[in-house]
Amino acid sequence: MDKKYLIPILLSYVAILTALYFAFLYAPTERTMGDVQRIFYFHVPSAWVSFLAFFVVCIASIAFLRTGKESWDILAASSAEIGVLFITIVLLTGPMWAKPVWNTFWTWDARLTTSFILWLIYIAYLMLRSYVHDKERGARFAAVFGIIGFLDVPIVYMSIRWWRTLHPAPVMGGKQGSGLAPEMLMTLMICLGAFTVLFATLLFLRYKTGMVATEFERLKNKIHS
Amino acid sequence: MTGLKQILTIIQKDLILEMRSKEIIVSMLVFSLIVVAVFNFIFDPGSEQIRTTAPGILWIAIIFASNLGLSRSFAREHENAHMQGILLCPVDRSLLYIAKVIGNIIFITIVEIISLPVMVVLFDLDLHGVLPLLLLVLFLGTLGFAGVGTLFSTISANTKSREVMLPILLFPVTIPIILAASKSTSYLLAGRDITQIWSWMRILIIFDVIFLVVCFLLYEYVLEE
Repeated sequence: MDKKYLIPILLSYVAILTALYFAFLYAPTERTMGDVQRIFYFHVPSAWVSFLAFFVVCIASIAFLRTGKESWDILAASSAEIGVLFITIVLLTGPMWAKPVWNTFWTWDARLTTSFILWLIYIAYLMLRSYVHDKERGARFAAVFGIIGFLDVPIVYMSIRWWRTLHPAPVMGGKQGSGLAPEMLMTLMICLGAFTVLFATLLFLRYKTGMVATEFERLKNKIHS
Repeated sequence: MTGLKQILTIIQKDLILEMRSKEIIVSMLVFSLIVVAVFNFIFDPGSEQIRTTAPGILWIAIIFASNLGLSRSFAREHENAHMQGILLCPVDRSLLYIAKVIGNIIFITIVEIISLPVMVVLFDLDLHGVLPLLLLVLFLGTLGFAGVGTLFSTISANTKSREVMLPILLFPVTIPIILAASKSTSYLLAGRDITQIWSWMRILIIFDVIFLVVCFLLYEYVLEE
């Protein structure tokens, strides 16, 4: 395998192994929640990675509309796919943790609702990409939607928060922050770092694949014409 | 021709077309009345519950009917290549967006004006003293929804399954507008304090401004080159 692919893959392999060690062996068991709390070390980094991914989609979309370079479009598409993967992990791990701790799978809290709507928006983004006739226009459509989708994130979050603060909110204790033991905080930081490395690797590989696919498409058209 | 006159001409063109076929308004109207009827069966008719859900049903009827109208109006343009015709005219593309938004607002408003009295009768709503504010809320909600809807229906008209694509793009992104509009409406109809109603209306206005500015800026990118 080419060295430029091998290095990031090995790097994220080591990073994720370290994260697993810290999350399962190093971090102490939470007193009231028990082992189920360890899902937190995968849930929070996944949420972080998905936001990062959608931020990259927005930046790449703006760059694409400004320059018209196809590589920006491929970067946006790659990042969106990875973002959807991680936001799906967030939506799956959240209820797994919430059922034993909150005694409910779901609550219409600002963060949960925003993640869910975000998931819907970027599923729509991927659908839009695959439903267009003309590739060049499709890329512009996707870029426009990618920008609006990301700008929508804080708006959705604020609207849900106002909606919730004007209503009796379901009782849920301090999930994180104040009560976090130093070992737990360190584990979280290591997991955040490891997931970021994993994201960068996935994005790099997906982007390269996208570039090869585009080049292949171009050569194929050249032969046909 | 001045900008204002150009806008008016495009709106006039859409209205004349609609007056000849009556296709869009009639289908939107029938659809919104069907939604109202169906929801009346889902929630026990005549019960107290229906009154608290009436604002929600009103907005569901409006956004579903708007979705139908938006997708029809742009499909028609696409089929008859109207858009190419307009783009050949020396009209600024941002003016085209404004004209399209106003045209869509007119269609949706006509549907609202007819279906609101029907809802008042069916759900026995009391509009004493709240009618001017209710009309304002209806307008603000319609403005935001049509603003985003105009941009997205231009996109979806150029995709493979346009009738499916429009709501998938439009609904998740406009959730803040739908939420603020239906909250304002339900507070109004429940006779809440004016400061509480105003707090949601203010949010609705802020969202309208943000969405309209962003869509206005991005509209030229979704038109054909």
